[in-house]
Amino acid sequence: MSITVKNISKRYGAFTALDGVSLDVRGGGLLALLGPSGSGKTTLLRVIAGLESADEGVVLYEDEEVTHRSARERNVGFVFQHYALFRHMSVFENVAFALRVRGWKQAKVRERVGELLKLVRLEGYEKRRPSQLSGGQRQRVALARALAAQPRVLLLDEPFGALDAKVRQELRQWLRLLHREIHCTTVLVTHDQEEAFEVADRVVVMSRGRIEQVGSPREVFEQPATAFVMDFLGHVNVFQGRVRNNRAFLGEAVVPCPDYPHDEERLADVYVRPHELDIDHRAESPASLAATVLHVHPLGAVVRVQLQAQAGDHSLNVELSPERCMDLDLKSGDRVYVAPRRARVFVPDYSI
Amino acid sequence: MATVNQRALPGFSLSLGYSVCYLGLLVLIPLAACFLKAASLSAAQLWDAVWNERVRAAYALTFGASLAAAGANAVLGLLVAWVLVRYPFPGKRLFDALVDLPFALPTAVAGLVFSSLYVPSGWLGQYLVPLGIEAAYSRLGIVLVLIFTGFPFVVRTVQPVLEGLEAELEEVASTLGAGRWQTFCRVIWPPLVPPLLTGFALAFARALGEYGSVVFIAGNKPFRTEIAPVLIVARLEEFAYGEATALAVVLLVMSFALLGAINLLERWSKSRAI
Amino acid sequence: MQSNLTALASPSAPPIRAAHAAQRSKRVEEPLTSLRCVRGSDGKASGAHRHDPWLVRWSLTLAALAILTVLIIVPVVNVFYQALGRGVAVYWHNLFGDRNTRHAILLTLTVAPSAVIANLVFGVACAWAIARFRFPGRAVLLTLIDLPFSVPPVVAGLMFVLLFGLQGYFGPWLRDHGIKILFATPGLILVTAFVTLPFVVRELIPVMEAIGPEEDLAAVSLGASGWQMFWRVTWPNIRWGVLYGVILCNARAMGEFGAVYVVSGHIAGRTDTMPLRVEKLFQEYNTPGSFAVASVLTFLALVTLALKSWLERRERREIAEALTDTNARREP
Repeated sequence: MSITVKNISKRYGAFTALDGVSLDVRGGGLLALLGPSGSGKTTLLRVIAGLESADEGVVLYEDEEVTHRSARERNVGFVFQHYALFRHMSVFENVAFALRVRGWKQAKVRERVGELLKLVRLEGYEKRRPSQLSGGQRQRVALARALAAQPRVLLLDEPFGALDAKVRQELRQWLRLLHREIHCTTVLVTHDQEEAFEVADRVVVMSRGRIEQVGSPREVFEQPATAFVMDFLGHVNVFQGRVRNNRAFLGEAVVPCPDYPHDEERLADVYVRPHELDIDHRAESPASLAATVLHVHPLGAVVRVQLQAQAGDHSLNVELSPERCMDLDLKSGDRVYVAPRRARVFVPDYSI
Repeated sequence: MATVNQRALPGFSLSLGYSVCYLGLLVLIPLAACFLKAASLSAAQLWDAVWNERVRAAYALTFGASLAAAGANAVLGLLVAWVLVRYPFPGKRLFDALVDLPFALPTAVAGLVFSSLYVPSGWLGQYLVPLGIEAAYSRLGIVLVLIFTGFPFVVRTVQPVLEGLEAELEEVASTLGAGRWQTFCRVIWPPLVPPLLTGFALAFARALGEYGSVVFIAGNKPFRTEIAPVLIVARLEEFAYGEATALAVVLLVMSFALLGAINLLERWSKSRAI
Repeated sequence: MQSNLTALASPSAPPIRAAHAAQRSKRVEEPLTSLRCVRGSDGKASGAHRHDPWLVRWSLTLAALAILTVLIIVPVVNVFYQALGRGVAVYWHNLFGDRNTRHAILLTLTVAPSAVIANLVFGVACAWAIARFRFPGRAVLLTLIDLPFSVPPVVAGLMFVLLFGLQGYFGPWLRDHGIKILFATPGLILVTAFVTLPFVVRELIPVMEAIGPEEDLAAVSLGASGWQMFWRVTWPNIRWGVLYGVILCNARAMGEFGAVYVVSGHIAGRTDTMPLRVEKLFQEYNTPGSFAVASVLTFLALVTLALKSWLERRERREIAEALTDTNARREP
């Protein structure tokens, strides 16, 4: 079932949580709402669920307007950030809740709950209380509970936020598999880029109540639409330079820049990813910048090299494979040349 | 978020509507009746009702006895809270629970037992009267019973603060060269002042309105041992509703003023807490 | 954090810190909200006593014990001594042999529970509105709830006399319709309800805030109607808080004197509750009888204290569990 929101705005007093947000979620897809805290992602999720009402805009479930329907009427499966399991009920009763309030008969309830517990791999845990479960187990019960009444859409609010790193990994993979099995339209809120990329087919990057970009994980990473997106996803080096005629001038280096074909020269921020900078002992290309090595940090799978650019006293981070680093034999104090392979330019708006 | 959009959770209009009706009927209307009645008196009548000799004696007694009792409670309460928090002894849990007894015990019972304890033939009176301490049917008796009813206030406001003081603070003070007494004055005492004042104010406010226990022990002699609430009842029994209401309004205004002061004290107390 | 204001009325919960609020982020209001206290469990200050000199420790301890004994224990023991002093047979007769005393007991057992039930329903409804929603006038509502605590009991009675007495605002109308409020049970119930109004509410607001709305929201999102959500999810979470409030409310309701005195007309055998009966018997110089009734009330007070302690300890356990909860979240 597809979800469409059009022009949703929500304000809390003077604070604007959502500012004219429009989004389409295709049926059966797994979408991640990604952004820092305060970006409005949780608010948007709750508006979709009916747990918040928007000040403006409409919410459609498969072309049917549900804007004024309560959460109960929308038949959504919502998983809360801190699970919100019913603390006085057993695991069985928690999962059975949606069925009980719909008046299902005991036999059918037992059957369905059994199915769900099998799906989340918690068979045998029926009689346990939430206080007797670990964090990851509670998360799975919360999911089973949300899925019980076969909701049209599954909404997850930072589902793995409170868990340990390793557990998070396991549950992320498990969620992907689950989604493949049940094909329920799923929207997930997270502030963790890695999580969004690993789990979702499409990512919505949000900031300050607005959508910055929508796309597949690869699209948003490699073709960021705005400086915010580029900065938020992964590390980035920012240079101040000038742009003109498809070229960016950083000190004495010249970098190709297809973003800016105009003749007028402008000051601009040039964004380069650490792994898109090459280091060499000689200036290999017109894009090379002189720099001095400050520190070499081996980080396991990559080596991060911290450098100081000569022009503008700029500090840089470059990521290399360990082999390349060994080839270059880098040490603190070495004078080298750094060349960006790719750069993105975002021309800051300014009025004259 | 502790509260949510009205539409998400049900029952807002029902619960709010019911609450407002209930409060309106049970609290606002009676209070309004009281003020209305007082307002219906002329200024002269009002003044005469709240400021004649007998009334002044009652105010003085009410005020004075409440102040004395609250002051005594400040000292006793601090001592008991100190011991309960810092020194272990057998049966401490029991004593700690018993501190709340004056809250749970009906005031009439308190009055009854106090009066019978302090008469010359009573368990305590038999020792005190020969010493010249006549507690029953006297002002001292009023103060004593007010001490009883207000006792838990200071203890319960001071206890949490005392418990929150870490032992390390005192240890730091001693490594920096402070003696026990200095440590007490400079490290332990200052954080205790706000809750002590709050407890004092609470005990005082309670004592002002206390009736049930005092009537037993006071003897209720006008001009001597008649507290303001007793005077109000006396006026009611004379069917002098106007005068009784005038006095009641004075007491109400004082109580509300104290309520405001206590709120401010609590706010001050919290702003000083770490 | 119990508003110390709740303590203005006679048996009420002492000021207590919120362990719940420490566990969740701060959403409790100050200074008028009440919270539950889980006292003296972490031994923070208890280590400090090692540094106090032995003499100081013992003299202070003895002084405190002396105060507690003279102020609290002696009176309690005295009540039972005086009541039972002439033997159990006389005691029994004092309580149940006297028709008026029997009636007083029954009347208290009618009036107090009625007031408590009324305030229970109100308490739950009002706490729901205040703890779960934000609306203009919320602070005013909170202040209104606190008012009965700062009204002296006698004045409370007076207010109802002004409303329903023969010369009162509604007096003539009531008389014309043959409805008796004053000097009859309805008046007693009304005034008792007034005086004990804040107990349940004040206890429930912090409990509801500490528990948070997530479970209720989850229930709604899973398809529960309002009543289904309340009975299946909200009530199980708040019932101990309700019980606590009810215990305090009841203790005060049974013991209320001043307000009931004014409103009852103290007609023996008709409108005397137990505390009034104590006073009446005292005035009649029937000390053993007076103490007999007083002993029942004292026993009730002790039971109240015991229940209160038990509930507080139970809550301490639940909080300890809840705190290990947050640690458990870290595990798979």
